[in-house]
Amino acid sequence: MEFAELIKTPRVDGVVLHRPFMPTVEGTLCLTGHHLILSSRQDNTEELWLLHANIDSIEKRFVGSLGTIIVKCKDLRVIQLDIPGMEECLNIASSIEALSTLDSVSLMYPFFYRPLFEVIEDGWQLFVPEEAFKDLESMTDEWRLSEVNKDFSVCPSYPSLLTVPKDIDDESLCKAASFRHGGRFPVLSYYHKKNGMVMMRAAQPLTGTNGRRCKEDEKLINATLCAGKRGYIIDTRTIAVAQQAKARGGGFEQEANYAQWRRIHKAIERSNVLQEGLIKLVEACNDQSHSMDRWLSKLEASNWQSNVKEILTTACLAAQCIDREGASVLVHGTEGTDSTLQVTSLAQIILDPACRTIRGFEALIEREWLQAGHPFQQRCAQSAYSNGKPRSEAPVFLLFLDCVWQILRQFPCSFQFNENFLIMLFEHAYASQFGTFLGNSVAERLKLLLSQKTVSLWSWVNRPQELERFLNPLYEPNNLVIWPSVAPQSLLLWEGVFLRWNRSTKCLDEAYQEMVHIIEYNKELQNKVNSLRRQLAQLETEDGPLQTP
Amino acid sequence: MEHIRTPKVEQVKLLDRFSNKSVTGTLHLTATHLIFVESNSTSAQEIWILHHHIASVEKLSLTTSGCPLLIQCRNFRLVHFVIPRERDCHDIYSSLLRLLRPVSYDELYAFSYNPKQNDQQREEGWQLIDLAAEFERMGVPCDQWQLTDVNREYKVCETYPRDLYVPITASKPIIIGSSKFRSKGRFPVLTYFYQEKKAAVCRCSQPLSGFSARCLEDEHMLQAISKANHNSRYIYVMDTRPKLNALANRAAGKGYENEDNYPNIRFQFVGIENIHVMRGSLQKLLEVMGTRSLSMTDYLVGLENSGWLRHIKAIMDAAIFLAKAVTDEGASVLVHCSDGWDRTAQVCALGSLLLDPYYRTIKGFMVLIEKDWISFGHKFADRCDQLDPDPKEVSPIFTQFLECVWQLTEQFPQAFEFSEWFLIQIHEHVHSCQFGNFLGNSQRQREDLQLKERTYSLWAHLLSEKQNYLNPVYSPSFAESHPVLEPSTQAYHFKFWRNMYHQYDRSMHPRQSILKHVLTLKESNRELEGTVQALKTKLQTFGVSTSPLKPQTPPRERSHPPRPQSLILGAPLLSRKEVQQEEDEEVFGEEAREDAPASTGRERTVEGSSATENGYGELKGSFDSKNEPAVVTLEFGVARMTC
Repeated sequence: MEFAELIKTPRVDGVVLHRPFMPTVEGTLCLTGHHLILSSRQDNTEELWLLHANIDSIEKRFVGSLGTIIVKCKDLRVIQLDIPGMEECLNIASSIEALSTLDSVSLMYPFFYRPLFEVIEDGWQLFVPEEAFKDLESMTDEWRLSEVNKDFSVCPSYPSLLTVPKDIDDESLCKAASFRHGGRFPVLSYYHKKNGMVMMRAAQPLTGTNGRRCKEDEKLINATLCAGKRGYIIDTRTIAVAQQAKARGGGFEQEANYAQWRRIHKAIERSNVLQEGLIKLVEACNDQSHSMDRWLSKLEASNWQSNVKEILTTACLAAQCIDREGASVLVHGTEGTDSTLQVTSLAQIILDPACRTIRGFEALIEREWLQAGHPFQQRCAQSAYSNGKPRSEAPVFLLFLDCVWQILRQFPCSFQFNENFLIMLFEHAYASQFGTFLGNSVAERLKLLLSQKTVSLWSWVNRPQELERFLNPLYEPNNLVIWPSVAPQSLLLWEGVFLRWNRSTKCLDEAYQEMVHIIEYNKELQNKVNSLRRQLAQLETEDGPLQTP
Repeated sequence: MEHIRTPKVEQVKLLDRFSNKSVTGTLHLTATHLIFVESNSTSAQEIWILHHHIASVEKLSLTTSGCPLLIQCRNFRLVHFVIPRERDCHDIYSSLLRLLRPVSYDELYAFSYNPKQNDQQREEGWQLIDLAAEFERMGVPCDQWQLTDVNREYKVCETYPRDLYVPITASKPIIIGSSKFRSKGRFPVLTYFYQEKKAAVCRCSQPLSGFSARCLEDEHMLQAISKANHNSRYIYVMDTRPKLNALANRAAGKGYENEDNYPNIRFQFVGIENIHVMRGSLQKLLEVMGTRSLSMTDYLVGLENSGWLRHIKAIMDAAIFLAKAVTDEGASVLVHCSDGWDRTAQVCALGSLLLDPYYRTIKGFMVLIEKDWISFGHKFADRCDQLDPDPKEVSPIFTQFLECVWQLTEQFPQAFEFSEWFLIQIHEHVHSCQFGNFLGNSQRQREDLQLKERTYSLWAHLLSEKQNYLNPVYSPSFAESHPVLEPSTQAYHFKFWRNMYHQYDRSMHPRQSILKHVLTLKESNRELEGTVQALKTKLQTFGVSTSPLKPQTPPRERSHPPRPQSLILGAPLLSRKEVQQEEDEEVFGEEAREDAPASTGRERTVEGSSATENGYGELKGSFDSKNEPAVVTLEFGVARMTC
């Protein structure tokens, strides 16, 4: 197979692995088509298995004949390999470089991975639009499932089935699509059961400089309003950026044509800016020599926390319009595949308790990210250590996860999953043995035959033995809307991701274990009390109480 | 009381600090408290502010709705009232001005506070902490260290305690000679003894060395400290000041030890800034944090510019240096700054806490404060502005110490018997003047004031409700695996202590608290264990034997002590009934009452509450039609839950 050509030296002995906060390991380094493996060949030590796809960049250094490769991973880990022999080192380095930057998706590991577990519940079939629509149907009959995008010709980044207002026919949808960037006409994102308000999402309207309008588009979104009610359009860009977009054929909804809507502009950064922020943040986190002032100033300069605050604020605003103002909302930015999805998905977490369960969160990611056409393949091609100029890489999904973590921190008993679940999703979005995050849209995934040729992440995660790690022991379901604080004092750096490899978590992990223990012991005691009570009651009815002296 | 002109004003508005929300209620002024009672009967919020907690009162210019009164408290509470009539406002203002500036100790709350205890209980309270026993615990006196009676009458050093421990070879003339060469007579004495290595942590003030002066007795004194430790040939002398400051002091005839004159010392500057820099730093920090609609950029830049975390890190670095010298090298350490009662106290106390797990327990922490802060003369009265204010003497030195401990609890969640709530409570009472412990500037002054006869001890009070301050994940065995704490001082490990500096800003706290949740579960576990036991006993009367029976646990006197309802602990859990505020009113006044709405409202906010409370942006302008959504102007997101 093709990989063999890329692997000049498949095996080197006497390689020393250095990882922060772990003892060094000496062993044999092996390269396979998809993994870098280091094994000390001793029973008690763990082997290192690193997916090539997880490698963001490498650096080589030589001291005499001893070569060192520093491997920087997309999950932000940095490891060091000392390799005896210059030639071996060069060979290994060039192999890693080639194998970690394969262009063809079909050469990726998920196409070769065979699960060692039996797939009981196929994750590919778990979250189909028809099922979600059934739920909606039980609440309202105002909406229909349209097949207008059956062959992905109306909108290549949308799924084949879309939820649209009942009264709008497919022909109008096509016209509205031609008026929206990338054909992303307004579709239903969320239905708020409590008051029947809805959240829709779309891409920017193509008003251009001469103020084009589209009656069908107007009709489409007006159809979601109750009589006499008005709604909010949340444009994730500043008014200035939205104005500039006009020159390139984009734009925003003109008040005159959308009289029943109020437009609010927010300032979520565009994706290339976010990528720069990630690089700066990780650089700051990895530099151990920083003084307090330098650390704070670098943290500030990365703008990461500002981005978290802005995204969260916008999501809260959308949720507030729906829940507090009783108004429907349309969210869009430019393409409608990045900041738009951050906002719509976070708003649902705030509003809908179902999204705070594991299944519900998985469904949310399917609905609002994968099926909604967030280009995972492009956005997650490189992470914080990429040397090249970013093309379309951006930590859009990571920022979303960060925002979820912030809400989780503020409502630690309201989520069925814990931080590990979010970190796991971050890892798998960037490099995985599963096919879930491959491709950029439903259409691409179908073409790649992912559901036949690869295993879904959900098939693995939902197995009870895996799930255990991701369960939040503090979870107590509640049906409330949870309003997070967005004050800067309330938002923290997500240490679990950004300082994960730079600190020893032993003490924190042990404390967490102790907490789990207390919670489990409580359950155990309660069961015990119940069973003893039952036993006693039974005896009392059978025998009558014995006289005690 | 004669200072109160208007004891009660109605229709007073209380504005929220960070949003446009406001509530209306009645303001009461008593001899000890300023009380605000919300008129809304369903969620009648009450705020009790102790006069001693008020740092400043400001009357702002008259507005259409009334006369604004801004009150800033030492426990970082900030309240903004609007009083309808200018006259009332002025009365309250001038009464407060007088009330918060007590002119004599007798006016302090501690002298009128009465928790309904008899004299014996009071006395027992004061006997809880025994420093002689503490030195004994460390293994002192021993063959190298002895108790000296040189300061029995406070004749050698006014600001030191009566009982002092010095090397066995330090004779009285040496002590007296050395004390004359040290600022304020604060000669080198033992504060902590690390038994394992026989290494001592000693403290003093700066030497009066000027440019060239020396003192043979003082040199002898250091020699004696060095000789008392056979494990090391040298001792460290840590001057906790920045070198520049120490140099400047030489011009005033003070300064630092010249290594040429003191054999076997290793001299080290550690660069902690002085009280004025610290005061300014906190001021800047609070200014930034008090900004409405604070952006992330301004927050981080403000945090950096305030320098606050830099100072916290400097103190921590110094303590780690001390702990390393003692444990790694087995060397004794002498710590001083200028007068040896601020930075020296911080470094000695924090260093000891790193070295000795005992100080990480509730009782041990009290002992530590009693020893390094109270007995060695940290000037609480001046630093905390208790009486006769000199703004130049006020400084958050003790607050910084508490924060350093909090930073440690973040890195070592299982190392401390207490939770941050304990630290915050201590901070509260350092300023409350409700208990005698922190009154005055020195032991001598406290004796003159007869505090033990006339006031109560905070420690007894805190111990009586120990349950509330426990850290549920504390593990006593952690001390065995980590006898010495070795924290990381990477900058990113230092965090802004929101729960201290925003403790009264409800909107910023998580509405569900892990600490409270787990603490409740732990208590419930204890109860359930009892129930299991009782059920088993009952089953036995039926002749059913379950697992081997443990001896019956003694009956509990009281199921739960009342828990202070703190904002930090979050909203009370739905399952628990804990509205037992009455009996603790005196004690928890402010906290318990202020949080009352949280308990009545539970985690749900009343529907239809003003939208101004929970906003995330401005929805500017409005629609003309009547069916339109109301205009909402919302500055700050408020963490809360709604139905």
